[in-house]
Amino acid sequence: MSANVMTMPQRERTWELPSRGHVAMFALIVAESAIFVIFVVAYLFYLGKSLTGPTPKQVLEAPIFYSICLLSSSITIHLAVKALRAGDIRTFRAWWFGTIALGAAFLYGTAHEWHRLIYKDGLTISTNLFGTTYYSLVGLHGFHVIVGLICLSTVMAFALLGDVQQQHTYRVDVLSLYWHFVDVVWVVVFTVVYIIGR
Amino acid sequence: MYRQWGLKMIVVLCWFGTASFAGAADPPLSPTNIFAPASTPANTIFGLSVFVLAVTATIFVVVFSLLAYAVVRFRKRTDDDGREPPQVYGSNQVELAWTVIPVLIVVALFMATARVIGSVQKAAQPSNAIEVIAIGHQFWWEYRYPALHVVTANELHVPVSDPEHPTPTFIRLLSADTDHSFWVPRLNGKTDLIPNHPNSMWIDPHETGLYLGQCAQYCGTQHAKMLLRVYVQTRDEFDRWIQEQGQPAHLSDTASEGQHIFETTACINCHAVAGTVADGRFGPDLSHLMSRDTIAAGAVPNTAENLRRWIRNPDAIKPGSRMPAMELSDRELDAVTAYLTTLR
Amino acid sequence: MSTDSIALPGSYEASRPLVDRLHEWVTTVDHKRLGILYILFALFFLVVGGIEATIMRIQLIRPQNDFVSPEVFNRMFTMHGTTMIFFVAMPLVFGFANYLVPLMIGARDMAFPRLNAFSFWLSAFGGLLLYFSLVGANGLYGAGNAPDVGWFAYAPLTAQTFSRGHSTDFWTLAVLVSGFGSIGTAINILTTILCLRCPGMKLGKMPLLAWLNLVMAGLVLLAIGPLTAAQIMLSLDRYLGAHFFDTQAGGSAVIWMHFFWIFGHPEVYILVIPAFAVVSEIIPVFSRKAMFGYPIMVAATVAIGFLSMAVWAHHMFTVGMSSNANTFFVLSTMAIGVPTGIKIFNWLATMWGGKIHFQAPMLFCIAFLFQFLIAGLTGIMLSAAPFDWQLGNSYFVVAHFHYVIVGGILFALFGAFYYWFPKMTGRMYDETVGKLHFWLFVIGFHLTFDFMHVPGLLGMPRRIYTYEPGRGWDTWNLIVTIGVFFQGLSILIFVGNLLWSRVKGKHSGSDPWDAWTLEWTTSSPPPAYNFATIPTVKSRRPLWDLKHPEDPDWKYE
Repeated sequence: MSANVMTMPQRERTWELPSRGHVAMFALIVAESAIFVIFVVAYLFYLGKSLTGPTPKQVLEAPIFYSICLLSSSITIHLAVKALRAGDIRTFRAWWFGTIALGAAFLYGTAHEWHRLIYKDGLTISTNLFGTTYYSLVGLHGFHVIVGLICLSTVMAFALLGDVQQQHTYRVDVLSLYWHFVDVVWVVVFTVVYIIGR
Repeated sequence: MYRQWGLKMIVVLCWFGTASFAGAADPPLSPTNIFAPASTPANTIFGLSVFVLAVTATIFVVVFSLLAYAVVRFRKRTDDDGREPPQVYGSNQVELAWTVIPVLIVVALFMATARVIGSVQKAAQPSNAIEVIAIGHQFWWEYRYPALHVVTANELHVPVSDPEHPTPTFIRLLSADTDHSFWVPRLNGKTDLIPNHPNSMWIDPHETGLYLGQCAQYCGTQHAKMLLRVYVQTRDEFDRWIQEQGQPAHLSDTASEGQHIFETTACINCHAVAGTVADGRFGPDLSHLMSRDTIAAGAVPNTAENLRRWIRNPDAIKPGSRMPAMELSDRELDAVTAYLTTLR
Repeated sequence: MSTDSIALPGSYEASRPLVDRLHEWVTTVDHKRLGILYILFALFFLVVGGIEATIMRIQLIRPQNDFVSPEVFNRMFTMHGTTMIFFVAMPLVFGFANYLVPLMIGARDMAFPRLNAFSFWLSAFGGLLLYFSLVGANGLYGAGNAPDVGWFAYAPLTAQTFSRGHSTDFWTLAVLVSGFGSIGTAINILTTILCLRCPGMKLGKMPLLAWLNLVMAGLVLLAIGPLTAAQIMLSLDRYLGAHFFDTQAGGSAVIWMHFFWIFGHPEVYILVIPAFAVVSEIIPVFSRKAMFGYPIMVAATVAIGFLSMAVWAHHMFTVGMSSNANTFFVLSTMAIGVPTGIKIFNWLATMWGGKIHFQAPMLFCIAFLFQFLIAGLTGIMLSAAPFDWQLGNSYFVVAHFHYVIVGGILFALFGAFYYWFPKMTGRMYDETVGKLHFWLFVIGFHLTFDFMHVPGLLGMPRRIYTYEPGRGWDTWNLIVTIGVFFQGLSILIFVGNLLWSRVKGKHSGSDPWDAWTLEWTTSSPPPAYNFATIPTVKSRRPLWDLKHPEDPDWKYE
């Protein structure tokens, strides 16, 4: 009704606001971080409080190779987004595929470790407090890797169909933020579980 | 018109208020009134409470007066000219004033509070203190006097403490199952009993008598009937009580029929009677059952009739209690009750 | 419905078949409709939670009453608490935020309309899940149905050992699911406010309602996470045999309390800050003055937001923390009184020198000020840890937080109902009936919650299904119960007024209150697109500038 009366004849400057995709992803990351903080606190709080074995010292080995895989996937996804921004779809696809492969390798590493812990060392989530906190913290992170991989694969599928173009850089960039977050969380989890916790 | 109507309602409200004040003043005090302290920690808390109440009451009077004045003085008048009042957007001086003053009040309140926290929580345990371990169970209290070799249930006995020569009681608080909270308002504030998290508190009652309270942390179905009874006795009485409680159960020479039934049913899985085969620890120790005034954690007076009712069907007195109905025949009930009433 | 066919978008759809209209509501992604859905959902559960409260109060009307069994009573207070916090207060707050934020910042919708719908339906599903426990939770013999572990569900009462069957699982899942909905909505509100403001509306020019909802959304993001994490841990304990809160295996009951209250205390501010927000809109309009000290109000809100993250353990003064920890939480809790006090003073200063119109929205806001003052002061009493050793977990605490949640939040939101009802429906509510609702509710509220403080002072703990005679609690409990019926009656009058006015109320026009923020520039109810042309603003009160071109706000801000 009277809304148009409000319109000023000239705008003094162009009116720019932050991009909603990035703001929302940052907000999601804040909320997710809060969840992870609680699991990390629980892990640290229960360190050394298990009533029975096995202890972290006895059974844990730092998965250095798989960690390098996951962390380097941050670099590949960055390069992928950069290539897409430049309009180089082929390079984008290659780096994007590399990211998925590295993420999958990491997941395989986790699965392998869990298999060893369960069948060789007899450590399950109900064995002791270490098992409880270890599987839930690493598992929560692993769950985020899986969600990330599903999203990345969806983009990959579209990319193979030729539906991901330069104008989609913004969306892909927002998704890459999530993947970077998953990597940063792993740095924290790795520090807590394999360095402080042992 | 509606203002008048509201006024009437406020009058009604005040009437209710005064009527119930009169009602509450008739029996002298509630036995669990937090403003009737009878022990040093409760007294210290009471002192702080009065200070905090005075400060908050002053704040209330000041701010409420401002609000009431604003509402009356700045109401829209009937002869309003329809013009907007002068627009005021703020004032840094005023804002500063009502930031600094509350900060000062907070500092004062905080200092007073911190001092009391220290004096109650950090009190050193003198060598002559009585030590008690209180263990919360669903839904009863177990008391152990480790130095005096006494185990009892639901009714805590402590000696009176002369302020000149204090003999405080230090209570270590444990839980066998869920969270509970030990709250005898006239003796001290509450402290929780949490499994895997030992706590402690202390009391030094200045007058003899019975002090009441109850569990103050929701612990399950019968949280409401987990009553606390603290008997404060003269030192002589207390020593005599300890002496009696330390004895094995007083038994007749020949084992009665009731004792036989008691010892051949599941009773002994949970209950102990010192000097007999009954050594269960899940339920209250019954060695000196008849020295207690109540059963079922204060739920009913300890009479033969109530005992029989309780053994017959605990749910009739305290639905949800952990004691099962043993489905005894009337004859067996009479015998077991008779046996229990001999446990003095 | 509409015989006088002015071109309201509402009248067009009213003529269509019911199924079509329902289908539109169910599939809608319009922020205004989702806002209204949130509000209706909350009103429904308000009545349900109110019935549960009434059952408890009837049981407690006299000592050793046996209106309900202890099991039923315990379920009632668990369901009442969970319902009122998660399925009444949160949806109400989100509903108003949803409806108002885009309109007040000159946007056409929320940043993510479909996420908005998804979040609402998640919350709604959570509510259904909680109540489905009544029929679905009969796991084992004697295990009961609705959850009975209390709304903060202290461990280890929630462990399989003490809580058999599935009732606690329904509670956990309901809270978990609605928590995801809350996070979604918070992300949406935050993004909308940061990214969708109309030209000219810098952060410092936003209406206070937008600012306060921004802080609320930030708090939701930080606070719901810990709750979610704790619920996941509890589920792992119950389903996979993990030991987070299993005290038999070295787990800690206390850490659940920490996790819960790290959520639980900010939650109070998540609910009360939006109440502050509506009060900050209504008081200026009905006092005919600009908000006093806008920047200070914003700063105080942000300060409250930060401080609220550092006060959680004041719920735990009785669990045996070290004296240093107790002292720290006393200080942080008392400190939060300072910015809260500043807000009360700023509202008072806004009324000072104004011309106060006593219509229903303003009446509720004045009552809010009075009651929130008392709630704050009893809060100060509880923050003094030793005093809390006596008052904690007693009926004094119950009275205190109902003063905050009912006397503060609900009163403010009733004010919001009346203030924005014309905008939402295009109709005026009945002022006389509105005032009747106000006075009845004031009487009921004060009968119930003023007198509820007393048994707490006389040693009555909360969550007991019955009590002994001779403790001096009887009369107080009787009065408290009587007040409940006044409240119930007034809620009926309120709902009746809304329903009647929706159909028969006078048309309100777009700006019935002669107000100053952007939502009053568009028609009532607003069209789906909100604004035909996106407005441009120069001050915090764009309509003031428009109505008083000789003396616009932007000259002073």
